[in-house]
Amino acid sequence: MVHVCTIVPISLTVGANRIVPAVAIPHPLGNPSLGRDDEKKLRRKLIEKALNALQTEVSGQTVFE
Amino acid sequence: MTIRIVHFINQFFAGIGGEEKADHRPEVREGAVGPGIAFKEAFGEEAEIVATVVCGDSYFNENMAAAVDEVISMMENYRPDLVICGPAFNAGRYGIACGAVAETVVNRLGIPVVAGMYPENPGVDMYKKSAYIIETSKTAAGMRKAVTPMARLALKLARGEELGSPEEEGYIPRGIRKNQFAAERGSKRAVEMLLKKLEGEEYTTEYPMPVFDRVAPAAAIKDIKKAKIALVSSGGPVPKGNPDRIESSSATKFGKYSLQWLDDLNPGNSETAHGGYDPVYANEDLDRVLPVDVLREMEKAGEIGSLHEYWYATVGNGTSVANARRFATEIAKELNVAGVDAVILTST
Amino acid sequence: MRLEVGNILIKDIQFGERTEVKKGVLFINKDELAQVTGADDLIASVEVYLAKPGEEIRIIPVKDVIEPRIKVSGKGGVFPGLISKVDTVGEGRTHVLKGAAVVTTGKIVGFQEGLIDMTGPGAEYTPFSKTMNVVLKVDPVEGLHQHEHERVVRLAGLRAAEYLGRAGQSVEPDHIEVYETKPLPEQVKEYPDLPKVVYVYMLITQGLLHDSFFYGVDAKQIVPTFIYPTEVMDGAVVSGNCVSACDKNLTYIHQNNPVIQDLYERHGKDLNFIGCVITNENVTLADKERSSNMTAKLVEFLGADGVIITEEGFGNPDTDMVMLCYKIEEKGIKTVLITNEYAGRDGASQSLADSTEKGDAVVSTGNSNEIIKLPPMKTVIGYPEVADIIAGGSDGSLAEDGSITAEIQVIIGATNEMGYGLLTAKAR
Repeated sequence: MVHVCTIVPISLTVGANRIVPAVAIPHPLGNPSLGRDDEKKLRRKLIEKALNALQTEVSGQTVFE
Repeated sequence: MTIRIVHFINQFFAGIGGEEKADHRPEVREGAVGPGIAFKEAFGEEAEIVATVVCGDSYFNENMAAAVDEVISMMENYRPDLVICGPAFNAGRYGIACGAVAETVVNRLGIPVVAGMYPENPGVDMYKKSAYIIETSKTAAGMRKAVTPMARLALKLARGEELGSPEEEGYIPRGIRKNQFAAERGSKRAVEMLLKKLEGEEYTTEYPMPVFDRVAPAAAIKDIKKAKIALVSSGGPVPKGNPDRIESSSATKFGKYSLQWLDDLNPGNSETAHGGYDPVYANEDLDRVLPVDVLREMEKAGEIGSLHEYWYATVGNGTSVANARRFATEIAKELNVAGVDAVILTST
Repeated sequence: MRLEVGNILIKDIQFGERTEVKKGVLFINKDELAQVTGADDLIASVEVYLAKPGEEIRIIPVKDVIEPRIKVSGKGGVFPGLISKVDTVGEGRTHVLKGAAVVTTGKIVGFQEGLIDMTGPGAEYTPFSKTMNVVLKVDPVEGLHQHEHERVVRLAGLRAAEYLGRAGQSVEPDHIEVYETKPLPEQVKEYPDLPKVVYVYMLITQGLLHDSFFYGVDAKQIVPTFIYPTEVMDGAVVSGNCVSACDKNLTYIHQNNPVIQDLYERHGKDLNFIGCVITNENVTLADKERSSNMTAKLVEFLGADGVIITEEGFGNPDTDMVMLCYKIEEKGIKTVLITNEYAGRDGASQSLADSTEKGDAVVSTGNSNEIIKLPPMKTVIGYPEVADIIAGGSDGSLAEDGSITAEIQVIIGATNEMGYGLLTAKAR
């Protein structure tokens, strides 16, 4: 499992092992101030990061910046 | 009416023997046995020990599931109003047996239990949430001192009386948070606490900071192009109209929703049920919380194996850890059965 | 900065010919109040009700509660930057109609609004069952965006409170409280032997129904800043949120901030209250890091020995509080935190979403998840059906007989994190 979330400290406190920092609480995988295409590109980048995290061996809690 | 009590003790306190008899299988005897005699005196006319169930420490701990079943069914026959376990003092296996019996009695028979243990007995941490455990000394030399508060608490519980604080009653705090009105308002208590802290005087925090569990990381996915990936979210993404009426705060349930035919989330087909953040952006385009659009494209392009046909959602707003743990257990079980390889969990 | 707060004790409220205070009774010209409240093209209707302690009345969904106040002398007017010019307030004299309150209700904006019961078990949990309430049911024109809807009703409540407050302008107060904090070097010198205390005042700032306003500016746009404690008594901070009803810092509670009052109570005796730092709780991690860094720096810069930190809300704001606690303690400054708990309905879960071992002095204002059954009331002002959807309610909370079974989270001010109430939670 990979946890995509904005408030990384909470994720670390509650014990997620693979963490990908997200954009903001009300829109973790988007940014309303961008245009539609740019916003989707941003989302794709975050997902790619999440998929990369899933394919990486970790020994403990790891944040994929 | 006399309160009916069943007592649980180990082979040693039943007078059967020490370590050499620790494999003694559960048996039931009518009336009070061993420490039960002292309880009998403490109860007087009000309560009666109708039976005593005895089990050897090794037998219990090596056959936990079966032993619990045997012990409980023996107890059930005597229709008890309350069960007393121990006291186990600092005997580890005895403490665990007392705790396991106590937890099962509460869950299965729905009646109160009073146990007694030394605070460092491993049974305390394992079972203090389920049962009232009176704090005792390390060894059986403290039997008298243990019996008095155990008997008093037992009578109160059996009568359904309101309990005092853990300090007043002598039990080890179960960690259950219970509201009450204090004598002074919170701000004044804070000022007092700060003055004490500044002076280096002793003070007691009203809430010790929480500690959370840890789990070992799962192995990495070998081939993402073959992996089946599921989406799970605590950000409240639900089909339009929130069909399961998941609560906006303190969720008691999660939803499972089909992604079949869905390539993109939009205000026509989805919304957020979450009451803890500004919902305007999520409601405009829910892909911002649950990235269905991009994952579909990746699925079509072969960048991932497949997107699991259901997404799971709950609202993580003021939702208790206990509920969250229950949701996670159920969701994980279903995902396992469905052959899902990896999960992307999104949170708001 | 020195402020005299003149309290005019209000023993009763009644409708009357003109709005005035006579022998402790606030008479209200209903039409005039409705007119002032509704003076906005975006408002379609205003209805005015009175709700007094002990009456069988439920108000739902409540948006905000405001205390009627008026500036008598000193710069500016109440609620600067919103309904008065942005003059710096907190000096001179302010009159208060003590015991009266404006309560705003109307169609629901989101999930977060709550309720007030004037009698019964629910009344024990809200401070506003003990005030004489002028209830304004304000409904906007159709088709208004949620953000606009919130703003329109918020400003209407402020206008009403100022209008009523004006009735106390030339009335001799029953008693006068004087609050004073001097410029830093003088204040430090005044009580050189007492520990210097700063109040770290957290404001929720997360968007719709999660915003707070400081001199009219949306506080998510501020960086933490230093204020004199008396500024808030004139309405420098206004609530635009109902984060959940139980832990919303109502505008009334900002005006009567109990931490500020209780610190002043010991000021010059046991401590030296040198001022407040206000900070926000934003939605990005970078903002949280920046604001907590700057707050810790300001507190150090001011030379504080100890601070009290009050949270607003729960969940991700727990992280703001934990960061503040950790960063301030790291500087060798002692902290006490005030927070509420979300320990689950059975009280068995962890109460906070985040944690730090430096948080060894916490005041708990109660578990918001605890269930309460509220009996039906003779009169309901507002829209009772929202009980099923507001935070803390669930499908079926509202029974056919009008009773409500829900978490105390739905009750306005029940677990206020400035410590306004007596509620706490203990381990059992």
